Amino acid sequence: MSSGASGTQRLVVGPFNRVEGDLEVRLSVEGGRVARAEVSAPMYRGFETLLVGRDPHDALVIVPRICGICSVSQSVAAARALADLAGTQVPPNGVHAINLMLACENLADHLTHFYLFFMPDFTRAAYAGRPWHDEAVRRFAPMAGVHARAALAARQRWFTILGTLGGKWPHTQSVQPGGSAKAIDASERVRLLARVREFRAFLQDTVFGAGLEEVAALSSVAALEAWHARDPQRGDLRWFLGVGAELGLASLGPGPGRYLSYGAFRDGAGGHALAPGLYDARSGRVEPLDLDTVTEDATHAWLAGDGSDARHPARGLTQPLPDKAGAYTWNKAPRLGGRVVETGALARQMVDGQPLIRELAARHGASVQLRVLARLLELARVLPWIEQWLGSIRPREPFHTPAPMPPRGSAVGLTEAARGALGHWVNVADGRITSYQIVAPTSWNFSPRDAAGTPGALESALVGAPVQPGEAGPVAVQHIVRSFDPCMVCTVH
Amino acid sequence: MLNVLWLQSGGCGGCSMSLLCADTADLPALLHDGGVHLLWHPALSLQDGADLLALLEDCLHGRRPLDVLCVEGALLRGPFGSGRFHVLAGTGRPMIDWVRRLAGVARHVMAVGSCAAWGGISATGANATDACGLQYDDDRRGGLLGADFRAAGGLPVINVAGCPTHPGWVLDTLMSLAAASLVADDLDALQRPRFYTDHLVHHGCARNEYYEFKAGAAQPSELGCLMEHMGCKGTQAHADCNTRPWNGEGSCTRGGYACIGCTEPGFQDPGHPFHLTPKVAGIPIGLPTDMPKAWFVALASLSKSATPRRVKANAASDHVVVAPAIRKPRPK
Repeated sequence: MSSGASGTQRLVVGPFNRVEGDLEVRLSVEGGRVARAEVSAPMYRGFETLLVGRDPHDALVIVPRICGICSVSQSVAAARALADLAGTQVPPNGVHAINLMLACENLADHLTHFYLFFMPDFTRAAYAGRPWHDEAVRRFAPMAGVHARAALAARQRWFTILGTLGGKWPHTQSVQPGGSAKAIDASERVRLLARVREFRAFLQDTVFGAGLEEVAALSSVAALEAWHARDPQRGDLRWFLGVGAELGLASLGPGPGRYLSYGAFRDGAGGHALAPGLYDARSGRVEPLDLDTVTEDATHAWLAGDGSDARHPARGLTQPLPDKAGAYTWNKAPRLGGRVVETGALARQMVDGQPLIRELAARHGASVQLRVLARLLELARVLPWIEQWLGSIRPREPFHTPAPMPPRGSAVGLTEAARGALGHWVNVADGRITSYQIVAPTSWNFSPRDAAGTPGALESALVGAPVQPGEAGPVAVQHIVRSFDPCMVCTVH
Repeated sequence: MLNVLWLQSGGCGGCSMSLLCADTADLPALLHDGGVHLLWHPALSLQDGADLLALLEDCLHGRRPLDVLCVEGALLRGPFGSGRFHVLAGTGRPMIDWVRRLAGVARHVMAVGSCAAWGGISATGANATDACGLQYDDDRRGGLLGADFRAAGGLPVINVAGCPTHPGWVLDTLMSLAAASLVADDLDALQRPRFYTDHLVHHGCARNEYYEFKAGAAQPSELGCLMEHMGCKGTQAHADCNTRPWNGEGSCTRGGYACIGCTEPGFQDPGHPFHLTPKVAGIPIGLPTDMPKAWFVALASLSKSATPRRVKANAASDHVVVAPAIRKPRPK
């Protein structure tokens, strides 16, 4: 920490934990509030360069290993890029199996975020003396809180679904361009349904203190408030809403008001269970996605490229320049139509038109509270779909169709990871990968400034955050950072 | 209690995520009752920032005994030996410096996963970040800490290799260290705990009958053996994946895909596409471990000619199309 002559205090916050990798945030603080933030992803591995020269199928082994927590999502994006290249149609069982694996990971990630990454911050000493602090410690203290431990156990059981569907988690290779490498038989299906019911019981008993359908049907602020008031201590969502109201989390950590979703859980006929699009809060409308307008600007990254050279990922470049002037992160600045967007569960629910989330966003905009609520609401919305997909599997019918790769071509693979929009852009010539570019959810959310100096979503969200005297790692900053559920290893890859 | 400090560098964090899938109803209790105390873990601890840096200094200066330094992820030596591909946030100091210094005070040093053991996926191909393991650079001894490194407790780096590691491998190693029951003889020639590397992935593989009769799968989802066409290294890879399953009842071969030998140094660059078996004159060049080539060829050709119709038909299907005959009288 240091103080500037003008009364501006500079804070370097980091290393963060519970952010899936390493993260540094540099703050300028004026008058007890953050005036400017720079977000730095301090580790580079160079996956995009490692893939060049490989057989396209090798991506199915290499890309899941970008990320230990959204590994299946990376696999799905790669498999879709290769399916796009091969022109393959996945059979219905394969569509269901991929949706099941993706949903298993996404819901586990939401649970992990809430119990292991986000809620522990309410047990910090900074909150000692608040009337709810003892209860926060009882429920959420890392490795000790009764609900944190129960969540860890529920998560372990939940991931046995991926053991059956995908052999293991993380880093399955069951996700293939032509579908799933693992056909599910009738007895496996009933076992999986039993596991899903176990997880449903945990969600209903501990997370919501209510039936999933009841939570998923909350469609207005009035309905949410009435539901909360009925039993404010029951279930961890209601408890969090109470604490969030006291701390003003609904007005902490605003967003850019543009929400990106590539659409989640395909139905095999080109549709999605959660719609794709770009929701613009100013127009109040969902606009169709124009993927041709995706660019990555490396002006402030330790990578080659400047503002005159913001490239579409199909022509993207990843070339380290560790001594580059003005750079402060290994992450490029992704933009859609030149603008900053926010992605994640909140964006998915905004684009899909979930009425409660839309109404709250219309009142207060994006916030720490809304991001967390959207994630938990997604748990309640998606789990019943998992039950339906399992019911739709037809044992003894194909899960996979052969997908012979053409020797050359360009393709894109899109999916929604737990944390939002994930895209892989690949070019192949002579049967080898010639370029592979990845734009991950946290690449969007934790973007640095672009050539015009426009800050990324988190960089803007931090402006105005309160900093108490003597705080080295301001707790408001901790909440805002973690409300995005960052995945730092994906961000740079 | 065994004080364990867990740091991450050039990896995906997947070995930590795998650890949380350990087969237990209460992981914190299992660690505690096994004598293991996590001083700090990137996904499981409350403290970060200044609190973490104070803890690291306490370990370095002996104010906190550091029994085990666990490192997850490769050590990124680039660019040009500077280590700047990973500078630990908030410190301005390359992670490789932190790891070198902390390894110097730790009683044991443990590489969690193949990245920390050998370099792993992060060292693929041209190895753009000059990634290496703690004491190996692929299969060459050396790595970040050097071939002669011994931790204060006398052991070299313990390589709990795997991509990811199995949670049981990590927990059994930590609990053995806590019980002071892990000695040099318990490590194999690549410094991996022998309790899991004295086995082959092939052991207990659910596709064993297809292997016996050389009835190979040719496409993903088919039930046949994955060795003949699909690149499977299960007969060569050291690990107990098919006798100690993953996430309940899983393993790579049970999930329908080939073992890529992820516990072995250099697995990331097999010299052929992962999904295809390299062959010379129709014979896979990767022979089963300890099997003379002439015997393999002779047995393969004999067993192929003896393949039952049932095994052949099922190998090329994604479900059983011919059920095993029900014998009368009962099986003997």
